Amino acid sequence: MSLLKEVTKGIFKENPTFRLVLGTCPTLAVTTLAINGLGMGLSTAAVLIASNFVISLLRKFIPDKIRIPAYIVIIATFVTVVDMLLNAFTPELHSALGIFIPLIVVNCIILGRAEAFASKNPIVASIADGLGMGLGFTLSLTIMGAIREILAAGTIFGVSIMGAGYEPFQIFGSPAGGFLVYGLMMALVNMFFKKFRLE
Amino acid sequence: MASILAIIFGAIFVNNFVLSRFLGICPFLGVSKKVDTSIGMGMAVTFVMGLASLVTWLLEYYILQAYQLEYLRTIVFILVIAALVQFVELVIRKISPVLYQALGIFLPLITTNCAVLGVALLNVQLQYNLLESVVFGVAAALGFTLALVIMAGIRERLEMVPIPKYFRGVSLALIIAGILSIAFMGFQGMM
Repeated sequence: MSLLKEVTKGIFKENPTFRLVLGTCPTLAVTTLAINGLGMGLSTAAVLIASNFVISLLRKFIPDKIRIPAYIVIIATFVTVVDMLLNAFTPELHSALGIFIPLIVVNCIILGRAEAFASKNPIVASIADGLGMGLGFTLSLTIMGAIREILAAGTIFGVSIMGAGYEPFQIFGSPAGGFLVYGLMMALVNMFFKKFRLE
Repeated sequence: MASILAIIFGAIFVNNFVLSRFLGICPFLGVSKKVDTSIGMGMAVTFVMGLASLVTWLLEYYILQAYQLEYLRTIVFILVIAALVQFVELVIRKISPVLYQALGIFLPLITTNCAVLGVALLNVQLQYNLLESVVFGVAAALGFTLALVIMAGIRERLEMVPIPKYFRGVSLALIIAGILSIAFMGFQGMM
């Protein structure tokens, strides 16, 4: 039961994108298309689950003073693995995400969960935490990508849904649109949490 | 010389790191509440990014590419940047306690500022030479500082203004950043 709670808190109550405001750079940069948001979210989730697992496994062996560099090496290793896998199997996604794949290393969600959760909790709980946070991040990025894709191009996952007469709002495909959609969605989420007294 | 000027102008205005490349958003949202602190943060980042561009360029071309170790790039760069930040902190504390007072608290934050790793990776991707890399690093950091100071100025003014309650905090900051980003899009026509 508590394991399920670890998973759902990352998706909803402690959603990394809208509640904790972590990992904002990739959130804004890759969400021009729903598929890129999904790809980035899943890549980050994979790194997060793997690094949470290994850090939790090693939590009694890593000396306190050098824990941050140790975490960074572990995270960077998994990021390199994900980078190579994406390059080999989905070259299109790899080039769309560009330098934001190696930049998963400095995504504060991953180091944040390592420091706040995996370094203090047993292995299974850490994996559940990584899974929840990863899914929450993926969900937020995919929704944001879908909204921006619909507004900027009238398509979702590449499928046209708005009909032929639709005039796209190109601003939402540009960097400015990323900031605006993120800001408005965050206000919506705030309203949702306040209205239903979830905090 | 013309290409150097183009790099400087491009990195500060046209492809501003924060407002158009989305690098360094965390400190941009976190440390942009007061103009003084954002100038301090900007100075620290400029220093580290210039130095990081220099060191990672040398590593990339004299070690990683020379021995075909490119796949280690991410790991090597982030470790070097983390070590560099620690080293800079130690040196500044010894040499100039005044500067340390000003920059001190910002330095540890810089390791996880994706602008630093971002500039190192972009230097490789854009195939800049050593001089261009360092210039690009410093100019990008100045662009970051500019965005941070503008943002802090706006947020200082907004402190006393009644704001709809759901928009308070990060939400409003993001919308302001969006409007700033639209303003900066105007520079695109100049390149």
